[in-house]
Amino acid sequence: MYFCAVIFGTKWCVSIDTKSNQLRAKLMDNNITDRMEKVHYRNLPSTLSFLWLALVLTFSVSQTTLATTVVLPAQAVDTAAGEALFKANCAACHKLYKKATGPALFQVGDKYSKEWLYKWIVNSQDLVKSGDAQAVAVFEANNGAVMTAFPQLSTADIDNILAYTYTPQKAPTVPTADVTAVPTTGGGLSNDIILVALALVFLLLVIMLFLVNRTLRHIAEANGVVVEETEKRTPIWKAFIQNQFLVLVAAIFLLLSGAYFAYGWMMQVGVDQGYAPVQPIHYSHRIHAGSNQIDCNYCHSSARRSKHSGIPSLNVCMNCHKSIAEVAPETLAEGQEFGVDYNNEIKKLYTAVGWDEASQAYTGKTEPVKWVRIHNLPDFVYFNHSQHVTVAGQQCQTCHGPVQEMEIMSQFAPLTMGWCITCHRETNVQVEDNAYYDKIHEELSKKYGVDKLTAAQMGGLECGKCHY
Amino acid sequence: MMASNKKYWKSVEELDQNSSMIKTLKQNEFAEPIPTDEFLGNKETMEASSTTRRDFLKYVGFTTAAASLAACEGPVIKSIPYVVAPDEIIPGVANYYATTMADGFDFANVLVKTREGRPIKIERNDLALHNGSVNARVHASVLSMYDKNRLTGPKLDGNDASWGDLDAAVAGKLSAMADKEVVLLTQTLASPSTAQLIAEFKTKYPNVRHVVYDTVSSSEALDAFQAKYSTRGLADYDFSKAEVIVSVGADFIGDWQGGGYEAGYAKGRIPKNGKMSRHIQFEANMSLSGANADKRVPTTPSQQLQVLQALVGNGSTSGLPEKVADAVNKAKGQLQKAGNKGVLITGLPNVAAQTMVLDYNEGVGSEAMNTSHPKLTSMGSATEVINVMNGVISGSVKGLITVGVNPVYSFPNAAFAEAYKKLEMTLAFAMKEDETASLAQMVAATPHYLESWGDVQTKKGVFGLVQPTIRPLFNTRQLQDCLLNWTGNSSSYYDYLKSYWQTNILAGGSWNQAVHDGVYHTDINLDVEENVAVMESSSAHGALPKPVQGGLELTLYTKTGLGDGQQANNPWLQELPDPITRTSWDNYLTMSAADAAEMGLKNYSVANGAMNGNYVNVKMGEVVIERVPVLVQPGQAMGSVGLALGYGRKAAIQSEMQTGVNAYALYNNFSAVQNVTIEKVEGEHEFACVQLHNTMMGRDIIRETTLEIFNTKDKEVWNGIPMVSKDHQEIPVTSPDANLWEDFDRSIGHHFNLSIDLNACTGCGACVIACHAENNVPVVGKSEMRRSRDMHWLRIDRYYSSEESFDGDLEKKESAEGWFTGERKALLEMEVASANPQVAFQPVMCQHCNHAPCETVCPVAATSHGRQGQNHMAYNRCVGTRYCANNCPYKVRRFNWFLYNENDEFDYYMNNDLGRMVLNPDVVVRSRGVMEKCSMCIQMTQKTILDAKRDGRPVKDSEFKTACSAACETGAIQFGDINDHSSEVFKQKEDNRMYHLLEAVGTKPNVFYQTKVRNINEA
Repeated sequence: MYFCAVIFGTKWCVSIDTKSNQLRAKLMDNNITDRMEKVHYRNLPSTLSFLWLALVLTFSVSQTTLATTVVLPAQAVDTAAGEALFKANCAACHKLYKKATGPALFQVGDKYSKEWLYKWIVNSQDLVKSGDAQAVAVFEANNGAVMTAFPQLSTADIDNILAYTYTPQKAPTVPTADVTAVPTTGGGLSNDIILVALALVFLLLVIMLFLVNRTLRHIAEANGVVVEETEKRTPIWKAFIQNQFLVLVAAIFLLLSGAYFAYGWMMQVGVDQGYAPVQPIHYSHRIHAGSNQIDCNYCHSSARRSKHSGIPSLNVCMNCHKSIAEVAPETLAEGQEFGVDYNNEIKKLYTAVGWDEASQAYTGKTEPVKWVRIHNLPDFVYFNHSQHVTVAGQQCQTCHGPVQEMEIMSQFAPLTMGWCITCHRETNVQVEDNAYYDKIHEELSKKYGVDKLTAAQMGGLECGKCHY
Repeated sequence: MMASNKKYWKSVEELDQNSSMIKTLKQNEFAEPIPTDEFLGNKETMEASSTTRRDFLKYVGFTTAAASLAACEGPVIKSIPYVVAPDEIIPGVANYYATTMADGFDFANVLVKTREGRPIKIERNDLALHNGSVNARVHASVLSMYDKNRLTGPKLDGNDASWGDLDAAVAGKLSAMADKEVVLLTQTLASPSTAQLIAEFKTKYPNVRHVVYDTVSSSEALDAFQAKYSTRGLADYDFSKAEVIVSVGADFIGDWQGGGYEAGYAKGRIPKNGKMSRHIQFEANMSLSGANADKRVPTTPSQQLQVLQALVGNGSTSGLPEKVADAVNKAKGQLQKAGNKGVLITGLPNVAAQTMVLDYNEGVGSEAMNTSHPKLTSMGSATEVINVMNGVISGSVKGLITVGVNPVYSFPNAAFAEAYKKLEMTLAFAMKEDETASLAQMVAATPHYLESWGDVQTKKGVFGLVQPTIRPLFNTRQLQDCLLNWTGNSSSYYDYLKSYWQTNILAGGSWNQAVHDGVYHTDINLDVEENVAVMESSSAHGALPKPVQGGLELTLYTKTGLGDGQQANNPWLQELPDPITRTSWDNYLTMSAADAAEMGLKNYSVANGAMNGNYVNVKMGEVVIERVPVLVQPGQAMGSVGLALGYGRKAAIQSEMQTGVNAYALYNNFSAVQNVTIEKVEGEHEFACVQLHNTMMGRDIIRETTLEIFNTKDKEVWNGIPMVSKDHQEIPVTSPDANLWEDFDRSIGHHFNLSIDLNACTGCGACVIACHAENNVPVVGKSEMRRSRDMHWLRIDRYYSSEESFDGDLEKKESAEGWFTGERKALLEMEVASANPQVAFQPVMCQHCNHAPCETVCPVAATSHGRQGQNHMAYNRCVGTRYCANNCPYKVRRFNWFLYNENDEFDYYMNNDLGRMVLNPDVVVRSRGVMEKCSMCIQMTQKTILDAKRDGRPVKDSEFKTACSAACETGAIQFGDINDHSSEVFKQKEDNRMYHLLEAVGTKPNVFYQTKVRNINEA
């Protein structure tokens, strides 16, 4: 393949490129349709399994409710309200089935008495200070982490939360991806059939013509009509070679078109648009910036103040991932479409930052992550993020593309000088509410006779503004 | 033809016509068939081999194709973020920390610019009220930290050791030597907290004696001051308060008594209200002070003593040359007239001379001298150090602990090294395995000052704090931490320092504020100073040696670049051309032209345009320094020679930087004045001199006038605009009619201009090093310097007058008549500098012409013009035709003849990972084959503008800076926006003294100069 590419020159490469792009686009389309398809086909078995599950659950739940009803006086508990409260107040530190900052809370009501839990949740520190043995034990078992006091929670609220903690763990819903991988049919196939049919028709026509011709000759022969033999003409290729002028024109044409494609190919050398290297941790901007709508500047905070947007230090990741050790099952399912287990990726983060999940503490052993840099400006260009983000108020997406949709980060813009210049020519400088621009804006608008000034008019095309 | 009859035989075989060998060889190339089968092995296996010739070609083709395809792809670049980011670090934003440099020779309060935790540049700390000098060496000190020859950890008997081992070894030795004398020989530390620590150390080990050793001694001045004012210190001077300054052999603009006087001096040199100070200099070597003086009188050291005696009153001038005597009388008159506005100083290493000066200034009540707040940056006593030296040699001293000093290199006694090796205990605190450390049994690797904590009292009442700006690069521990450890104190030096300051210095003031400012002013008395016993001011030491018959009087001096030689492994400093001789990478014997001619010594140019010279052997009694190159120095006093200290170091110095000869061998009794004899020896020395044309030949490159003319005549007379001819009419070059070009409109936005005041510029070279650091200017090495391929974006041209004064040059040129009879002869003569020339300095960088000749000739438009006045240079666009450099009238463009980074041929800091840490990440490192030049620090103006934009405010005038303007201690270089009419630089531009370099060319530069005014008033 490589050899061919080189021998047959540049056009091959280009076509391969575009082809692979198309291929990728197509694949992605397939992915999307697949997903839809899957959801569609999954409905039936999942409803079935749901029914089955429900059966099992009702059995088990009835068991537990039976158990609790023994302890608690019958009262109306609202599991849904409990869930809401849990997510609002407790989820930052507690998980149901797993230790986080605080202990796992599944069926916590079984471990401690209700009355004690009321007191503990409303103000745990009071309880600890009062010398309650159980409270002190719990406090110490969790490395002396002080639990926030929740005086605003009524006993009813707490009951609701406790009820929620009895929600049994769902069986990990492993998406049955291999089911229903039915090839997409329809349009594509029928087109092929039509094409084949047309080809057949065409072939038939050719054969018929040939047969008709032969039959006519036979008839003519039989009737004694002499068929005039046409004089044999020189073949077209010979005629072409003999025509020196045509050869010259063709040669020039070939050379020119060759040069055109060669130039086109060479100009893309070093332009890494679409560069999407494999990163040491599969980090999904789609989930963080898209689904979770985390502001770009939360992680890339230095973009506002520095020339670098900055790759966030791992302690920034841990702000959230201290309590997010696992993704939701749906998200996990999404990950399988990209062949990645998000939970494993989070584990990689923990290894890098030296976070021990079991003890919920830092080990101090770190392995800095070696990300592969995607946007590589040459050394001789000075680019400053804060100029564009803070001063000009540009959206990150202007240059970086729809990052919130990118599962794998890739270079969106070509990052060529032509691309920079075009934008500087077209974009107006944001001079409003910036006292720096007051004087220069007034004078320049008078000079150019315009109200809005582009970056170019402000001097943004001068060589020395970026090259020093 | 005779030749055709000759027959040559290739061998004897040919003589025999019937030889079978010859017959075979006629048909075949070789006599025997070549054993190809053996060579290629078994034929069958060859044929059975799957690799055919075609396959082989395919592989070659494929690998070539694959390699070339792979080359089209960019390299994979890794980005590694912090695991836990420090709060104060934002990648891409510089942090500044205030600290203090104190290496025993240079003391300065500085700001350190760090990027991502790496110090990359030293700047002045404007909070320091005291005139601490941030000179070229201080600016370059940041590179000395990234020296790959540094010690990476402690050593015991030449082997790497751990600190624990060293601690144990030291404790063992010290307790074993309880009754033997151990000397702690330190540089002047000037650190109050360390003084207390040393006192504690001495309490624990009473056999330890602390002696301060200044490598370059001010001992006599200290002795004189101590005898008179009963504290040890150096009188401080504020030359801005002096109207008449008379210096006898004191290079106070250089390193005299610690230096740092140029800011005050320059203040008084700028004519204000028709007045400026008058400076008269009597000296032997041509020094920076002499070069800046209004009147310079070459006098040998022995004459200087007489001059001084005559000046202070009672001495006679008989015996002095007539010119000198006349100058002394006039200077005396002027001093008397000035009264308390006059000041007299001397650099003579003689207690009596120093006392005379103190008495004189005290007597007239000189306002310039300050004795109540003496400088404390030099404390050593030559007598005590001599005692130590002799004690080691005689064996009475058994142990020697050296801190920051290198006696094996710098003691003027060859016997010391041998004696040092035999000592019972030798411990060296050193940053590098220098001459002393390489012989020491125990070596404690110390951190650079940018990695240390500390405090410094530079002057009574002025305290500086040293704080680390980077985590120690190597396994080092500073002296103070070692002393704490060895005295059994478990606290860290930081805690010790903090509590010391809170108890003794701050008096309730904020420690954090003090660390933030780096400097603290308080008028307290610290009584922890270890008082050196008052010296019996005997004349045995400090008396000037009597000139010997047929000998020359030698004055040892320190060069702007290397100083006392501590930073000899710093390529920036090695490459910095000496401001006077414009020669780098060397020290040399400076000699007057007359003396040189007498001894047949010459300097001459060779084919590649460089300068060569002769060698001499310098003899002082038994001591001989061999092969010292001689440099003919205009202005050198007849019968005297000069030689710079600090060169000739070998240990832990990269081979390229083992330059010059070690003049400390001649530093007998630590006195800078010696008598020597010299003899010419064979050989030819190659100098790296960057300015071979020393005179201006009467052109107005530097405009100069006298104070009298400046005060009384119109500007036209002394700073006229050059006239050009148009239609046979003379019009000023600035008139629009004399303009070939279409003007850019620069009235909107910023328009940057740089002003250089030739009155304030002392030629100190700090700007050159600052520019080096800011703009990643490469170091090219001696041999390239010889080819005039230096890369300095900013050079300081030095011109000598060929007559007594520059005015004389002009007169001579104008009065010469007739090409063959007068003019030619006059011009030839004018190429030679006078025996006692006037000297002027002129910093020249890219002039950023509005009508730039370089821009019009660039075939690829790599150099272009910005609206803000800068002449831009796009390196990535440059194809290296060098048309621009050829068309530049100022010769400021520099061509990258080679790749200067990551190239073993140029094995300086850009060739190792450690050294590259000093590079400024905001400025690109240029590659081979491109032109580069001063950018007017566009990265700094761009940053200032961006900061203002982000804050949404206009830029304040003082915010705009370039590296050179920020480094300029004297305020000679000023930078700003001339569209801001309230700016300082706008006022400078409107000044009458303003002129453009080579104005007649019509380039309309954005750099302008202020005419130099000299106060030649003799009465």
